[in-house]
Amino acid sequence: MATRLFAAPSPHIHGGENTRRIMLDVILALVPALAVSTYVMGWRALFITGVAVAGCVVFEYIISRFLLKRGSTIGDLSAIVTGMLLAFNLPVGIPWWIVLIGAVVAIGVGKMTFGGLGCNPFNPALTGRIFLLIAYPVQMTDWTTNVPDTISGSTALAEVKYSTYDVAGNIVLDRMNLESVDFLGMFGGTMNGSLGEIASLALILGGLYLLWRKVITWHIPVAVLGTMAVFALCVALGIGGGALCYELPLFHILAGGALLGAIFMATDYSTSPMTHKGMLLYGVGIGLLTMIIRLWGAYPEGMSFAIFIMNAATPLINKYLRPKRFGTKK
Amino acid sequence: MRTFPIGGIHPHDNKEWSKDKAIEVLELPDEAKLPMVQHIGSPATPIVQKGDKVLTGQVIGQSTGFVSANIHSPISGTVTNVDMFPNGQGQRRMMVVIKREGDEWLETIDRTPDHKRECTLEPKEIIAKIKDAGIVGLGGAQFPTHVKLTIPDGQKAEVVVINGVECEPYLTSDYRTMLERAEMVLTGTEIVMRAVGVKRAVIGVENNKPDAIKHLREVIARDGYHGIEVMPLKMRYPQGGEKQLIAAVTGREVPPPPALPISVGAVVCNVSTCVAIYEAVQKNKPLIERVVTVTGKHLNSTHNYLARFGTPASRFFELAGIPEGDVKLLNGGPMMGRSVVDITAPLIKGCSGLTVITGAEAARGKELSCIKCAKCVSVCPMGLEPYLLSKLAKMQKWDMAEEHNTVDCIECGCCSYTCPSNLPLLDYIRIGKQTVSTIVRARAAANNKK
Repeated sequence: MATRLFAAPSPHIHGGENTRRIMLDVILALVPALAVSTYVMGWRALFITGVAVAGCVVFEYIISRFLLKRGSTIGDLSAIVTGMLLAFNLPVGIPWWIVLIGAVVAIGVGKMTFGGLGCNPFNPALTGRIFLLIAYPVQMTDWTTNVPDTISGSTALAEVKYSTYDVAGNIVLDRMNLESVDFLGMFGGTMNGSLGEIASLALILGGLYLLWRKVITWHIPVAVLGTMAVFALCVALGIGGGALCYELPLFHILAGGALLGAIFMATDYSTSPMTHKGMLLYGVGIGLLTMIIRLWGAYPEGMSFAIFIMNAATPLINKYLRPKRFGTKK
Repeated sequence: MRTFPIGGIHPHDNKEWSKDKAIEVLELPDEAKLPMVQHIGSPATPIVQKGDKVLTGQVIGQSTGFVSANIHSPISGTVTNVDMFPNGQGQRRMMVVIKREGDEWLETIDRTPDHKRECTLEPKEIIAKIKDAGIVGLGGAQFPTHVKLTIPDGQKAEVVVINGVECEPYLTSDYRTMLERAEMVLTGTEIVMRAVGVKRAVIGVENNKPDAIKHLREVIARDGYHGIEVMPLKMRYPQGGEKQLIAAVTGREVPPPPALPISVGAVVCNVSTCVAIYEAVQKNKPLIERVVTVTGKHLNSTHNYLARFGTPASRFFELAGIPEGDVKLLNGGPMMGRSVVDITAPLIKGCSGLTVITGAEAARGKELSCIKCAKCVSVCPMGLEPYLLSKLAKMQKWDMAEEHNTVDCIECGCCSYTCPSNLPLLDYIRIGKQTVSTIVRARAAANNKK
C-alpha cells in the first residue's frame, strides 16, 4: 500500500465530543432521580418512563423516516432524553395512553415540526407537559397514587399555596404553613409531586455530574435557583422574617419542579441563550416568573410556564446579549 | 498562573514524540527551490537568472516595498531555473531553483561559533540589518520583522513580549531552541529591546515546558540579561496567538482590527525569530535556515532538524519514514497547520514543523445539525459567535457577518475542534472573513477616491 496525501483546511483534529455522548450524559444524570422515584413510588414510575421514552423514540423515527422522508435521527439519543423528561413531569398514576399523547405532542409538535434537534424554539418535553396539563387537568394533578402512605392528595406547593390566602386574596403566609413541611423528606424523595421531581438530592447529584462532564455550565441553574431564593427571602422578610428567612427559600427550591426545571429543563441547549450573560438573564427571568406564578398565579407550580415563556425570549436575548468582543471594554 | 482572558481549549500537546530529540544539523540539499513569497506582503523579485553562480547567503530575491522581505540563497551553486512551481498547497508560485556545488559562503558572514553579545548599533541600523537579512516571523505568520520593529509615529513601545509559548500540539522547534540556543534567544531579545527602545522584555512560556523556563532563567541569572523576565503561563491553546499572548503577559487587550499590538505598547517576537535576529545583527547572517520539527505518532523516527530553506519535504520523510495509507502532511501543527499536497514542496521560513497524522486521526465526523450548545461561543478566544458567523457565511449574508465582527477571527480552530455536531465552523467562517475583508478593502478604496 502506498502513501496517499490528502488535504483539508485546519483544524485537522477534533476534540471528540459528540451529540450522542452529551445526550447519554443527560440520560445518566437522570438515572439517580428515576431510581429514587422507582423506590418510593414503585415499578409504575419505571413503567411510565418506559412508555414515554418508547413513545418519543418511535414517534421521532416514524416522523423523520416516513413524514419528513429523511434518515432516522433517533441515534442521537435526544428522543430518549425528551421521553424521560416528559415522564418526570407527570404524576405517576397517570393513564399510559395520556403519556403517549404527551409523547406525540412533545416530539411531533414540540420538536419535529421545527426541523428536529436544535431547531425547536420550545423545550419539547415541556410542550408535551403543558399540553397535557391543559387537556387533562384532572389526571395531571392527581397525586393520590404517588406515595402509598400519604393521606393528602396534593403537593406541598399546593398545600402551602392554598393556605396562604384568605378569602379576600391577601397573602397570609406565616410559619404555620411551613410547619408541616418535612424538609428532610423533600431532600430524600418522600414529598408528593411529579414522577421525577421528588428526589432533590438525586437531581442535585445529576446536576453535579453534568457540570463535571461540562454538559451544562453553572449559569442557568444558579440564576434560576438563586433568583427564587432571593425572591422568597424578600417575601419572608416582608411578612415578618424570623425562621421563615431560611425556611421559605429552602422550601421553594426543594418543592415542585424547581430543581428538575433549573438543572435539566431550563438548560436545554436549543431553547436557552448562547452566552453566559444571556444565560444569567434567562435564569433570572425563569426564577422571577416561577415565583410570581407560585405566589400569585392560578397554578400552584409555575416552573413549566416560566421556562416556556423564557424559551420564547431566548432569540431576543441572543440578539442583544452578545459575548464581549476581545479588545473592547464591555 | 497567568493566561489569556476568554475562550481556549486543551488539546493533548503530543510534545512527547519529539521534545527530547536534540537539534540535528541536516545535510545540505542537492537542490533547493526558493519561493519568492515566504512572507506576508508583496512578493520578492528574482534578481538572478538561469546559469548564475550564487554563494550561500547571497540575495536572490529582492524585496519590493516596505511590507516584503528579501530571499537569500541557502546554498552555493548554480541557478538552474527561475519559473513557476507548485508550493506545498499546490499553488503555482515564482521560485528560484539552485543546484548545489560545495558550500561557499559570502565572506561578510561571520561563521565562527563564539557568541557575540555586545551590540552598539543604533535602532535604525539594527532594523536595516534585519530587513536586509529577510527576517520574518518564524512562528508561522511570516510577517516581516522589520515592519513590526518600526514603531509608527505617535506610538511608543513599552514592553517586548517574546513568544516561547508553542501552544500548537506536536511542535517542539521553539522548545529545543530555548533549551539549546538560549544565549542566542536572549541576545536576540536584547537587540529587539534596543531596536524599539524599551528596558523590559517578558518571555512567555507555557508550563508544559518547565525545563525551558528553568534553563532560560539560569542563563539570564548567569550572564546577567537585565530586564528580561521569563513568565510561565498556564497551558491553554491558542496562547501563542499574538493578541492572546499579550493579554496573558500584560493583562492588556489589543483593540479590534485594524489596531496592532503597538497600540497597547507591545512588540511581539517569536523565540526562533530572536535567534534569526541575533544572527543577522551580530553575525551578518541572513535568514537561510531554521529549526523544524518532524513529528507524528506513526513515523519511524521523529526529529528536530536545523535545515536550510528549499530542502524538499520529501527529504525529511526519507529520514523519518512516512506511514503508508492515507496521511495528512501538515506544514505546522494539527490546529493551524496547512495541508501539504506536494511532498516535493520546499521548506519555507514560516514552517516550524512538519507533522504527519493518519487519515483516521484527521477524519471528520458526520455533520449533524447545530444543537446550540454554545460550546463554540465559550471556546472562542476573540469573543465571537462561531455558530452564527458560520451560518451567515453559508447564507452569504456578508453584511451581517461584518456586523458580527467576522474579521476579528484568528482562525485558531477552537470552534471546529469543540463542535459536538462536527460542523466545519471555521471552514465557513474563513470564507466569510475573506469575503468581508475584500468588501471592506474595496469600500475603503472607493471612499479614498471620493
